[in-house]
Amino acid sequence: MSDHHLPTSTPAALEARAALYQLIRHFFASRHVLEVELPLLCQHFVTDPFIQPVVAERNGRQAYLQSSPEYAMKRLLAQMPRCIYSLGKAFRDGESSRRHNCEFTMLEWYRVELDDRALMAEVAELVKAVVPDLAVNYLSYRDWFFNELGVDPHCATREELQTLGAQWIEINPDGLSKDDWLDLLITHRLESRLPQGLTFIYDYPVSQAALARIAPDATGQPVARRFEAFLNGMELANGYWELTDATELALRFTADQRRREELGLPYIAADERLLAAMKDGLPNCAGVALGVDRLLMQSLGLEHIQQVLTFSTARA
Amino acid sequence: MATYSINDFRTGLKVMLDGDPCTIVENELVKPGKGQAFNRVKLRNLATGRVWERTFRQTDSLEGADVMDRDMEYLYTDGEFWHFMDPDSFEQFAADAKAVADAAKWLREQDKCVVTLFNDAPLVITPPNHVELEVTETDPGLKGDTAQGGTKPATLSTGAVVKVPLFMNQGDVVRVDTRTGEYLGRASKD
Repeated sequence: MSDHHLPTSTPAALEARAALYQLIRHFFASRHVLEVELPLLCQHFVTDPFIQPVVAERNGRQAYLQSSPEYAMKRLLAQMPRCIYSLGKAFRDGESSRRHNCEFTMLEWYRVELDDRALMAEVAELVKAVVPDLAVNYLSYRDWFFNELGVDPHCATREELQTLGAQWIEINPDGLSKDDWLDLLITHRLESRLPQGLTFIYDYPVSQAALARIAPDATGQPVARRFEAFLNGMELANGYWELTDATELALRFTADQRRREELGLPYIAADERLLAAMKDGLPNCAGVALGVDRLLMQSLGLEHIQQVLTFSTARA
Repeated sequence: MATYSINDFRTGLKVMLDGDPCTIVENELVKPGKGQAFNRVKLRNLATGRVWERTFRQTDSLEGADVMDRDMEYLYTDGEFWHFMDPDSFEQFAADAKAVADAAKWLREQDKCVVTLFNDAPLVITPPNHVELEVTETDPGLKGDTAQGGTKPATLSTGAVVKVPLFMNQGDVVRVDTRTGEYLGRASKD
């Protein structure tokens, strides 16, 4: 007898979700951050080589369910420079695991005139409001690697990282890049050794800047002003001190497209509407996206994301 | 055989890895930050029982392994091979000592076993979870070391040695769990 008609969560988890939404809305209302609702069905999609779209069709033309409200929010910010947040669904094809569901809930917000450091502090305040007695740690990407593995991730070569990684990771190394090895060391070694509580990792390698601006750190090393928050070892949020340079954005789109081609992935056109908005001018701001389902999992002590979803994608 | 991509990997799927047939125990997607997705896969080597952990990219694939579990009846051993028969087709298979391994000490003629075939040859023999075997040798009566929890060793008709209660005697039939080698109780004689 199949149980595929049944919900994957308990009534208690549904109540916790409803309460969390109230908390989030109150948190931002009290800080005068405006809730905005963005389109899910769009003509364009991110060029990010490692985010795959759920493709739809509209009037006989291909359209995409959005993997994040980021582009739409930046287009709003360019015309309306004020702090905004979005609490809504996002879609990423092929992502299914204990921590991933193809359709998930994302909280994304932008703070005008703040940088990544100030935004990390606000993420901590929000998470503390959900998970009481939370320890908060801050660690640069470089210190994380140096303390655990004795290497400087900005300077290390692919070969050095591969030699280190081979201690814990059995994989065919052909075609793996330096960034792949940095990621593998995180998923297979560093992540599980993070302390309990909320840990911010900041100042990412320039090669992993995504849409963060690049600036020299205290040692003069150029770093991406990007951060990730881990809650009890689980990736929870990703934020940037936002890139505002439209020319640089166009270059990053092109770099993504080249990487997609190398990997044999479908071509994704650059979103010229975002580029046009960036030319109009994105205000100086910082933005972050937070996985709401994962925050619920952690606050309830649940092991599988489906336990906080009414119906997981497999049962939807 | 078919080729399976990482997204087809399901628990129980049989694939070839490094020339050995394996069964997938666990397949977990890991996707760090903005990076590429990997799959951390645990596979049990069916020939050795050892569990391997390997990491694959989403574009990787593995060849399927021609492995099948079949219920068969144990016939006899000629000293070199152990012979099994499919009771439906009457097809017979000879397993070597490597395939039979520890199962040898539980095999009683006409008992039902699971024979795992790899490319149509026995790879692993799994005895029934519970077997009933006669005690062929044990110290008589209640003599025994009570410090060992009131048990004494007994040799069974197949050669297995298990710990039995002190009151068991030669000729008694015992029920044993073959997975743990533990005595479960006295069985009535046929």
